[in-house]
Amino acid sequence: MHKEFLMGNAAISRGAVAAGLNVISGYPGTPSTEVLETTAKINNGSIYVEWSVNEKAALELGAGAAYCGARSMVTMKQVGLNVASDPLMSLAYIGVKGGMVIMVADDPGPISSQTEQDTRHFAAFSKLPCFDPSSVQEAYDMIQEAFEYSEEYHTPVLFRPTTRVCHGYASIDVKDESEYIKNIPEGFVKDSSKWVIFPRLSYNAHLNIEKRNSELSDIFSEYKRNMIIPPSDTSCHKGIASHGISFTYVQEAFTDKDAPKILKISTPFPFPEKLAVEFLNGLDEVLCIEELDPVIERELTYVCGKYHLSTKIIGKLTGNVKNAGENTCDSVADNIAEFMEWDKKINSDIPTTPELPVRPPVLCAGCPHRASFYAVKQAMKGKKSVFCGDIGCYTLGNAMPLDMVDTCLCMGAGVNITQGIGKIEPDTSCFAFVGDSTFFASAITGVVNAVYNQADMTLIVLDNSTTAMTGHQPHPGTGRTMMGQIVDKVNIEAVLRGIGLKTVETVNPLELDKAIDTVKRISAEKGVKSIIFKSPCAVLIKSQKPFVIDSNKCINCKKCINSLGCPGIIISDSNVRIDESLCTGCGLCSQVCPVNAIGGEQNE
Amino acid sequence: MNKNILLCGVGGQGIVLTSKLTASCAMKKGMQIMSAETIGMAQKGGSVFSFLRIGKNIYCPMFGKKQADIIIAFEPAEAVRMLPYLREGGTIIVNTRPIMPVTAALKASSYNGTEMLDYLKKYTDNIITVDGDKVCRELGSPKVLNMIMLSEAIKSGILPFTIDDAVEAMKHNVKQQFIELNEKALRHNF
Ligand code: SF4
Ligand code: SF4
Repeated sequence: MHKEFLMGNAAISRGAVAAGLNVISGYPGTPSTEVLETTAKINNGSIYVEWSVNEKAALELGAGAAYCGARSMVTMKQVGLNVASDPLMSLAYIGVKGGMVIMVADDPGPISSQTEQDTRHFAAFSKLPCFDPSSVQEAYDMIQEAFEYSEEYHTPVLFRPTTRVCHGYASIDVKDESEYIKNIPEGFVKDSSKWVIFPRLSYNAHLNIEKRNSELSDIFSEYKRNMIIPPSDTSCHKGIASHGISFTYVQEAFTDKDAPKILKISTPFPFPEKLAVEFLNGLDEVLCIEELDPVIERELTYVCGKYHLSTKIIGKLTGNVKNAGENTCDSVADNIAEFMEWDKKINSDIPTTPELPVRPPVLCAGCPHRASFYAVKQAMKGKKSVFCGDIGCYTLGNAMPLDMVDTCLCMGAGVNITQGIGKIEPDTSCFAFVGDSTFFASAITGVVNAVYNQADMTLIVLDNSTTAMTGHQPHPGTGRTMMGQIVDKVNIEAVLRGIGLKTVETVNPLELDKAIDTVKRISAEKGVKSIIFKSPCAVLIKSQKPFVIDSNKCINCKKCINSLGCPGIIISDSNVRIDESLCTGCGLCSQVCPVNAIGGEQNE
Repeated sequence: MNKNILLCGVGGQGIVLTSKLTASCAMKKGMQIMSAETIGMAQKGGSVFSFLRIGKNIYCPMFGKKQADIIIAFEPAEAVRMLPYLREGGTIIVNTRPIMPVTAALKASSYNGTEMLDYLKKYTDNIITVDGDKVCRELGSPKVLNMIMLSEAIKSGILPFTIDDAVEAMKHNVKQQFIELNEKALRHNF
């Protein structure tokens, strides 16, 4: 055992490796990404690591490995589980041989997600055990225990940290390598009565699952991470129930005060009912402090009904805790102060601040997406058109002044949303924008659908040769794997031609005139056609010499600023200037300036 | 003794590294640490922060309002934004150079930071302003702002470690070719 300062996601990875991990697969998604990345980094070659094409593929791969007795882990963010839900639901019935942990990171806030969905519901829905860590140290320890439970009960288990656990850092106790478990998979043993899902098997499996889960509820009542902390003030008949990072906020709130009885729930499913009954015993009122949905609150309310307890359960359902957004130390302290009837903190008012600049995230200086969006915008000026976006850095194309994302729903959705809009508005030019990684993850079937069903639309593939948004992971089009191999690239143009598109053109968006012409020409064609805007992510390539604005030529029209919104162009002392520490030398602005005031090296 | 530290600024200013160095200095001294920082989309030019807590009986990485012993702000408006976290009697170290967001350029707003600095001076007792740009120029690189800010914070005496500790930690966290420059920046006012 020794101490290390680790990010929560690194701790999860390290814990899994200590538990004898053989296979890890996943799809990048904030806040889950670093688990797989850390594993790839510390891998001594004994672990198979892959970024899969999407979460469904990742989960199926992990299942196959676990069928062989391997210990496997699958990582994704919460919305990724929606994609993987098909294999998940069935796998719950089939079960596994080796330990299998499905790590799904939830994102209260949401900070970088489309939804505030709560994976604890998915656990109950799929009937799979779920572990919910509250700190970096606990995540490290608990992931190892999750593998043990999974293997003992032959079932995949869910492990769901939230952003603040995933991205929090702490100095924690970790095992030395000599303490690691070594798991040697037995291999696949054929048995079609076990591995082939049929209605008959499912019926029996369902019976077994229900039986197992009721047993697990009892076992989890004894699990040390589900616990009751006795009150420091024994005359108090109030209680607080919490979980995850919120539990630590509750602890913080009582550092210098007498605490009531506290219940910490680490396995929201199967819910440790016996422990809950013991907790509720003697309490008049319980406040539930939860993030996302009121899962514990509903369970406790149910337990009260089932056991005829008169304890009043309050929380989100009763309007005592806000029901959206993340909790903070402060919000929890306020909830608790109200519940405990503490004197109101005198809020020595902070004087009104001057108007603070808002800083919405923007596409980087030099981002090729800016050029792609601008080209399409210019080409379609004055024509009725709709621009359906998708998930990735390029969602930021919605910001002013580009304003080029009319819709965004979920991974790959833009293609068929475009198709739907086109069916109702045949006089609109319909565009779908999709990034390269998203294309592979979930847009290909959408394109097949559009082709087959005779859509009229232009598919714009923004190919920057990486998964930029989540921190530059490789994907099938990059020719690199997480095992360090150089492999054949899956060619997007060839895929599109294979599907049957007659027109597919690849253009560098930074050659602005050509890009605009291509869009004008191709968008006028009938059917499904595609333009691949290919130019690498600006973060990944070496910057070229910064461009300079010639102040003698500049007429201060601000066209560069108002049409591109590049963070590298700034106004200082009422002059338009290029911030040389940001400029990558992409040259887009020089093609926009009406008086050729912006130049590269030739300007010096 | 427990310390709550808050670093804030704009994505791309090198806050994450500063936070890492602070943490490893404390680790070296055998202290318990927790931290949390902005990761993800907001890093692209958005407001970023890093909370650091050093000491005993800490449960969570982020602390509440009025609890920071020190705020190290890389940008004046970000300092104002995070000011509610400063405890009474806490110290704020602020870099004076404002960074104008794209939105401000679009609206041709006049944001230039002076208003922010005036506000800070008016409502805080212990404020240390740093002309990070000037020191960067003297050192010949715009990339060492984070070292300069860390250096100032250590000089304030609030962080529980010395400049030598920071130099040592830096050596383990930056590429070989940048060590000399960073060391110069860290030691520039010692
Ligand atoms: S990370 Fe790459 S793709 Fe994303 S905004 Fe920056 S340059 Fe564009
Ligand atoms: S577009 Fe050209 S002339 Fe107009 S402000 Fe920009 S650099 Fe100056």
